[in-house]
Amino acid sequence: MKGNSVTSESHAVRFILITCTMCFLALFLFLPLAAVFAEALRKGWELFFASLHEEVALSAIKLTLITAAISVIANTIFGVSASWLITKFSFRGRSLLLTLIDLPFAVSPIIAGLVWIFLFGSKGWFGPWLTEHQIQIIFALPGIIIATLFVTFPFVARELIPLMESQSNDQEEAAITLGASGWQVFLRVTLPNIKWGLLYGILLCNARAMGEFGAVSVVSGHIRGKTNTLPLHIEVLYNEYQFSAAFACATLLALLALVTLGLKSLVEGIQKSETKDRNPLH
Amino acid sequence: MSISIHSIHKHFGSYSALEDISLEIPNGSLTALLGPSGSGKTTLLRIVAGLEFPDEGAGIIRFHGQNVSNIPVVKRGVGFVFQHYALFRHMTVAQNIAFGLTVLPKKHRPSRGEIRSRVNELLDLVKLEGLAKRRPDQLSGGQRQRVALARALAIRPKVLLLDEPFGALDAQVRKELRRWLRQFHDEIGLTTLFVTHDQEEALELADQVVVMRNARIEQVGKPQDVYDHPRSPFVYEFLGNVNKVQRHGSEPQYVRPHEIEVLFAAEYEPATDQLARVTHLFSAGPVASLTVRLPDGYFLDVQLSRKQLDELALGIGDEVAVRMRIHGAA
Repeated sequence: MKGNSVTSESHAVRFILITCTMCFLALFLFLPLAAVFAEALRKGWELFFASLHEEVALSAIKLTLITAAISVIANTIFGVSASWLITKFSFRGRSLLLTLIDLPFAVSPIIAGLVWIFLFGSKGWFGPWLTEHQIQIIFALPGIIIATLFVTFPFVARELIPLMESQSNDQEEAAITLGASGWQVFLRVTLPNIKWGLLYGILLCNARAMGEFGAVSVVSGHIRGKTNTLPLHIEVLYNEYQFSAAFACATLLALLALVTLGLKSLVEGIQKSETKDRNPLH
Repeated sequence: MSISIHSIHKHFGSYSALEDISLEIPNGSLTALLGPSGSGKTTLLRIVAGLEFPDEGAGIIRFHGQNVSNIPVVKRGVGFVFQHYALFRHMTVAQNIAFGLTVLPKKHRPSRGEIRSRVNELLDLVKLEGLAKRRPDQLSGGQRQRVALARALAIRPKVLLLDEPFGALDAQVRKELRRWLRQFHDEIGLTTLFVTHDQEEALELADQVVVMRNARIEQVGKPQDVYDHPRSPFVYEFLGNVNKVQRHGSEPQYVRPHEIEVLFAAEYEPATDQLARVTHLFSAGPVASLTVRLPDGYFLDVQLSRKQLDELALGIGDEVAVRMRIHGAA
């Protein structure tokens, strides 16, 4: 830890700062994580696996995986198209689109859930029409997916836009002069240049899609074994005082977080070593 | 293939980048678009390539008589070398060069073996044998430029367009590559158009120099002609190495440093000469340069051979007579 002499502080100050940060991290990050695992295993491994094997738990896991898979695929396609549109073209409404992408970040989860009830609920705008055609969106899988899509919508685009903005258009233009079609340019030039940023965005999107609680809770209806995602299932267990089972399921989400962070730092490491090789001229 | 450009206009919003540009580029020539930044030279190059479209209207671009104005860049068949080369940095040198061949539709695409031999042929041509497996970030600036050139040539382009080909290189490499590019052009004989803001580069390298300024063409001609007979004060000054003398209320007059004769003050002839005082002397190498001050306050840069300087045995502050052929700019 060598700082330059102008900005470096005395040893005492540095020691206090480090200690404060460490205590804070231990108290607010490490302790809860440890608590999750400790509580989950308090009554032994057997009960731990049993609570994960329960039928309602398995159905919650399945629902979570389906929701995450669909959201990640849809938002990857959306995120890449939106970033492409925003960074490679200038058009009317560009900055409006840029702002709208951030909307899910800015809006409270309860609103993110309620809007869909207003739209698709039985008393909502499209409610009567949906009932008439026997389509159920709210309190069913489609509603959960829509709410998750909405909440996770900015992750990929937000990751890609700054990256693509920092890269000039030169390589794409070069590919076009060499006769590449739009699709070939995208697959063979643009995509390889953004792959790490894209992967990072997908990771974050996935973590959020699996972990989303608020908006999904509003539209899900909490039907056990049917419309409970993993986070909702954990809440139900907790409310029924089944602490060990609740924490056992919580370990899955905690592991997901750890794996996401691990992959994230791996991706960042690769990205950094790739840019470090690069000559500053290029 | 000759390039013929006919009354091209280009606006970016309210900014006029090109105004009524017409230009003939003979088959097989090496032509320089020379001008300061903002003169429109790069825009013109990009329009010839099809990367930019001229304003709607009468503008036409022909390659060898064929109107290509409506042919999109993908199909126009130009070799374009970008200022910073725009190499695909996730591909090897060989993959970069092969790119234009591998994106051809299946029925026109050469076999893998044919592509490989074409790549090797091009690597030989640009003197990069043995670097096929390297990645762009493992190459020097000059090598990158040659990869970009080989990549552009792989599609057998009709014309070659280079945007500031030496702009990103340091002075030493620049000189070397300039000589190499001239020789290379003479070997392959492809009609080539390049953009530069460096007048020395344009004059030394090109068969034809197009001087541009403020969205217009100022002058077109052989380097010698443009240098010896500049048609406007701008061309005179932009080509560099010139003394400007503007006396009160009169047109500016120009004289190049080597066109000034320096004599002993004793040889002063009032009809042709002016008396001046030496204010600066620099003599390293075969050419010496000095600065003299005329009685009316103008400074003139003068170039003479080292031998002449030694004969005159001048020092700072000495009085001399200068005899010069002054040009108007017309």
